This record gives sequence, C-alpha cells and structure tokens, in this order.
Amino acid sequence: MSKDAILGAIRRGLKRGPLPADQAAMLQGRLATHPRHLIPARSRLPRPQQVALFVRNVEKEFGTVERVPDLAAVPAAVADYLAAQNLPSRFVMAPHAELAGIPWKDRPLLEFEARRAEGSDQVSLQHGYAGIAETGTLMFPSEAGRPVTLNLLPETEIVVLRASRIRGAYEEAWDLLRAESQDTRSGGFMPRNVMLVTGPSRSADIEQTLELGAHGPRRLHVVLVDDDPAALPMADADVAPPVSVPGGPAAPGD
Amino acid sequence: MHVTSPAFKENAARALANPGLQKALGTAKGAFLARRAAAVAALPEFERLREIGRDIKNHTLANLDFYLEAYEAKVKAAGGQVHWCSTADDARATVLAICRRAGARTVTKGKSMISEELGINQHLEAHGIRPVETDLGEYILQLRQEAPSHIIAPAFHLNREDWEADFRRLHTDLPADRVFAERRDIMTEARGKLRGSFLAADVGITGANFLIAETGSSVIVTNEGNGDLTQTLPRVHIALASIEKVVPTLEDATSLLRLLARSATGQDFSVYTTFSTGARREADLDGPEEYHVVLIDNGRSNMIGTDFQEMLRCIRCAACMNHCPVYGVVGGHAYGWVYPGPMGSVLTPSLVGIEKTALLPNASTFCGRCESVCPMKIPLPKMMRHWREREFERHLTPAGIRGNLGAWAFLARRPGLYRLATRAAIGALGLLGRGKGAFRSLPLAGGWTGGRDLPVPEPGGTFMARHAKTRRQRHA
Ligand code: SF4
Repeated sequence: MSKDAILGAIRRGLKRGPLPADQAAMLQGRLATHPRHLIPARSRLPRPQQVALFVRNVEKEFGTVERVPDLAAVPAAVADYLAAQNLPSRFVMAPHAELAGIPWKDRPLLEFEARRAEGSDQVSLQHGYAGIAETGTLMFPSEAGRPVTLNLLPETEIVVLRASRIRGAYEEAWDLLRAESQDTRSGGFMPRNVMLVTGPSRSADIEQTLELGAHGPRRLHVVLVDDDPAALPMADADVAPPVSVPGGPAAPGD
Repeated sequence: MHVTSPAFKENAARALANPGLQKALGTAKGAFLARRAAAVAALPEFERLREIGRDIKNHTLANLDFYLEAYEAKVKAAGGQVHWCSTADDARATVLAICRRAGARTVTKGKSMISEELGINQHLEAHGIRPVETDLGEYILQLRQEAPSHIIAPAFHLNREDWEADFRRLHTDLPADRVFAERRDIMTEARGKLRGSFLAADVGITGANFLIAETGSSVIVTNEGNGDLTQTLPRVHIALASIEKVVPTLEDATSLLRLLARSATGQDFSVYTTFSTGARREADLDGPEEYHVVLIDNGRSNMIGTDFQEMLRCIRCAACMNHCPVYGVVGGHAYGWVYPGPMGSVLTPSLVGIEKTALLPNASTFCGRCESVCPMKIPLPKMMRHWREREFERHLTPAGIRGNLGAWAFLARRPGLYRLATRAAIGALGLLGRGKGAFRSLPLAGGWTGGRDLPVPEPGGTFMARHAKTRRQRHA
C-alpha cells in the first residue's frame, strides 16, 4: 500500500522506525499547545492606533473603509456607497443574525435577499468575523450565516465589521476562533472554510502589472462599526514604539 | 511532463535569440525585484522570520511520518479523505477515479505546480474529461498548449500582444471590432469566459501551499480568487499536495505565510489565503460535498536523509529564479521540465534523475543570490555542487571537460608544477592580450568566450606570485 511505502521510505531516510511513544507524546503536546513564534512589532499598538493601522492597510491594498458610529448607521452608509459607485441598490446579504438585526427599513429603497450568492449577484453584504491590523486582512470563517460565495461571486463586496473585532496579528485572530467556534462535525474549532481576505481580487499575470478584479470582487468596501470606545480615534498622544513579541520554543529541544 | 532538460544548451540558445521572450523577461524581472525588496525592508523582523521558517520546516521534516499521520486523522474527522500516492501514476489514477465517480465532464483547476508535475490535464483529456485552467496565466497557456515558464507567474514569457493575438485566434465568438487597448480588457475577456466554467464544473482541483496537522486543513494562496471559486462551487474538491507541504500548527503556517507573499510577489499578504477543512457541514449553504486530498510522494521521500533533504523546505515562492541571472536571460522553458531556475536545478535531478538533467546544476554562475533571498535559507548553490560532483562521479560529464578537469587535478596536486604552469599561462595570455582589455575569443576556449569575454591578466603575475610579494613588502 502507498501509505506504508511512503511512511517506510521516510523512516528509512530518517534512519529510525516509528517514533517512540514518549517522543510522539511530545509532538502531540506541541500540536495541542500550538506555540506562537515571533510576532512582528508593527501591530503591537494601543487600540486606537491598531484600528487605524487596520484601516490604513485595507486602503493600501486597494480596499475602502467607512467608519460609522453604530449598526443603525449601516443602511445609510450602504445606500450612499452604492449610489456613489453607480451600483443598483439590490444585494445578496449573509443570513447572519447580526446583519438581520440592522434597521434596514430606514432605507426602504435597499432591496436584499439573505442567502448564498449566485453568479448573477452584483453586490454582496458580508458579515466580517474579525479584522487583522498587521496587513489589513479580513477573516471569514464559513458557517450558515456567512456563506463563502459572498466573498467570491459578486463584483462588489461590502463587509460589515465591528471595530471591537479587530486584532493585531493573525495569531490573535486564530485564538479568537479557537475560543468561540465549535465544529460539530470534527469536534474541533475549524469550520469547513476560513478565508483571509486582503483587498479586492487582482492579477499581475499580464506583464507582471497589477490589475484589479480578476475572478473575485473588483471592489471591497468595509463599513467599520465603532462599537469599541477604547478604539475610537484620538488626538495624537505620545505612543511608545511597538516591540515584537518573541515566540517561545516551539518544542522542547527545538 | 516530457523532460527536455538534456537539450538545455540548445533551449538556452534559442531563448537568447528570441526577441519576444527577451522583451518579456526584461519587463517582468525588475518589477519582482523592486517589490520584494520594498516588502522585506518594511518588515524589520524578516531575517529572524527566515530562521524561524527554516526551523519549522526542519522540525517537520525530522518528524514527517508523525505529522502526516496526525494530519490524515484530522482530515477524516472533518469528513474528508486522504489518498496516499507513491508515484505520479498512482496520483493520476486516483484523480481520474474520483472524477469518474463524480460523473465529471468538466473540471476546473486552480494553479498547481504538482498538477503540472503529474500531467493531470493530459490524463483527464485522454479519458474524455475536460480540464479548464482558471488562473489567468494558466488559462492563456492552456489555449497556447504551453507549459508554465515560472512557478508563480506562469505566463512570465508572454507580452500583451501575445495575449491579444491568442484571444483573437481562439475565442472565435469575439467580434472583430473588440478592442484590447488595455490589460484590463484582456482580463475582462478571460473573466467572462471562465465564469461559465466555474459554475458548470463538476469537480474542482487545486494545489495546496500548506497542509496543517493540527486541524487537517489544506491552504491555498492566490490573488485572483480563481482557486477559491474552483474549490467552493463544484460538488467535489480535490486538493493535490506533496508530502513535504505539511506543517504542524496554524501558528507554524502563519509564520511561513509572513515570508511567502513578501518573497514571491512582494505583497505583505496575498489577497486570498484560504484554509479548507473537510466537506460541507450540514448547515452550510455552499461548499463541496466531497473533499479529497491526494497526498503525493513521487520521489520526495527518497530525498530525506540525503544531501538534498533541505530542498524539501521549499515553499515555492520563486524568489530564487526572480533573482537568478541565468533564469533572467534564458527564461523558464529552457530548463526543460516543470521547475525552472535554481530550485529546479536542485529539485529536478532529484525527481527525474541526474542522467537526463546533468546540465541543470551547471546552469549557474554560483553568484549565491538565490540562497541569499531564499526565505527558507536553502543552500541552493551547495546542492548544485553536490549534483555536479555526482554527475562527475557517474561519468556523465562530457569527455572534453573530464580531460581538462583531469589535467587540472594532476597539476593541483603538485603545487610546484601548478605554479610553474600558471605562471607560463598567464605570461602567455598577457603577451597575447597586450593592449586589449579583454579577449573576445581564444583558441581552445570557445565555450567560455562564446558567451562572455575573458579579461586580459593585469601585469604582476599570478595570484600566488603577487601574494608572496605583498607579504614580503609587509614584513619588510
Ligand atoms: S528554493 Fe527558496 S527561493 Fe526558491 S522557490 Fe523555494 S523557497 Fe523560494
């Protein structure tokens, strides 16, 4: 059988048999504790600067961001954005409880259906699970309320993200998922799909020159809901320069 | 894929004489170098992350059997299947069987170098299944029936005119007055054509940049979103991955991802970094109902415990070829198999045998730039030297070179004679070349002067003579 042949060849190369039980237990421990490595300094900032870094990085990657004070302000922000982009006021919305709770009837001209996306949808409104300031990245774990197709099929994706969900580094977003998510099928925390999205779709395949809007959305717009008083922009105070956090040893003896 | 590496010299000569290719190489290269340099400069921890990346992969390779089994258990728990395949034949048969069970007629594909290595497209076509490449660069190459010339930018060798000409020739429904004034027009045409395929496909095949033992996930990294459409829309998703792609945890993968995009395209992070774990969950509204991982060895396990084990750290970022002066003038096709540039010169002999590929480890100036930019700190020049030694030991070196090397070795073991011979040679060259800066051609050295000039020795004698003189002066 191929499996035995492959494992056998690996072990021959390593000049040993299957790992002894104590060493296997040590590696199981490394998997269970998943130690962090060095985390770059750039995102180790006080909350207001961290959120500002997220916004800057989304914009650097050709996304756009609008900050609004609360969820009640989302319909107006979405309506204005669609009008400004000359887009129809119809969209497919993630069937997520948080989005369903938004007072959409304030903007009766907005039409939407809560479902997965189809090829004919032009605009999607997605629920942002978390933001990662380090690179302006959005995290979208799949679930019934957050279908993957909304990130892919429409030409324009609008994401509603709460500022309290912005973290500095990827590792912190993984820990958020570990703490909150329970996958019924595997018993672990990983849903079927997790997309980390940094800006709108693009390609540089033609003469190594960047063009936006390859197969995924051409526009990525984040409506950032300022639900975190500690993260509100503040006047430039004295901020200590960020320092990187060294990781621990990944395994005993590493 | 058919191996044309034995014809490297002819391939390279043809490449140098191809003005279209030279133009494309010139345009493309500078962009990559500048973008990588800027991204690296903006992350002060980059050097330390390289060491961390190297250590993560070394740790994984030293325990590869353990991590592969741990990974498989997690995939199964998430409702996926792992198919272990020793050879390319096994892998092709496995992919075909899955496609047949799914009743597939059309298969969409995300960009995958291992798919090129296995020749998946040809195999599916031969059995009546239509594979559709969806990465923009791979798409035009499929139209042209060409192989990729670069591991992350498959159409590296094409100019915009080539794209337009091929679309006009092969998209027969295209109105004659359709303008392709801008790159965007080309992209829009491809996007429109491929939308139908994405929605119609029965199976989607992607590669994998990483496999994660902690969670049983496969990871793909793209900018276009084609890989995600490929693995999300069809009923069946097949991920092709070679055994060295596994890493222990999300934290390990995350650290490597910090290196990958910066080294590859000079982005801080690619647009889509996606983790797939098993089949669609009960409440999910989209995603594949079947999730298969085809886990491929195809020669890699034999590299473990050899001089070439470190090559298995490679994360396929392409920095080594982007910075390689040889790749920069001959392009990727000259290397004659799937993997070009320095990483290919080391990996290809390991996977297809040194007999057919002996010229590749010689396609190097040993300038060392590849190693200095490799995010995984792979000692590429050292490994190319290992291949050269083996090639020599196995008498694969042409007789002329062997004869000259033999004569040199005879002299090198006899220092007195060596000094005498070099003094005589350098004196003769100095006389011959007096008044010129360099030789454009030299008797018996056409192989050297065909591609470059040889500087005329400066007056002052051999290195040994000058060294001795300086020492005498210093001690005086
Ligand atoms: S050898 Fe190093 S530089 Fe080359 S592709 Fe692999 S990881 Fe990148």
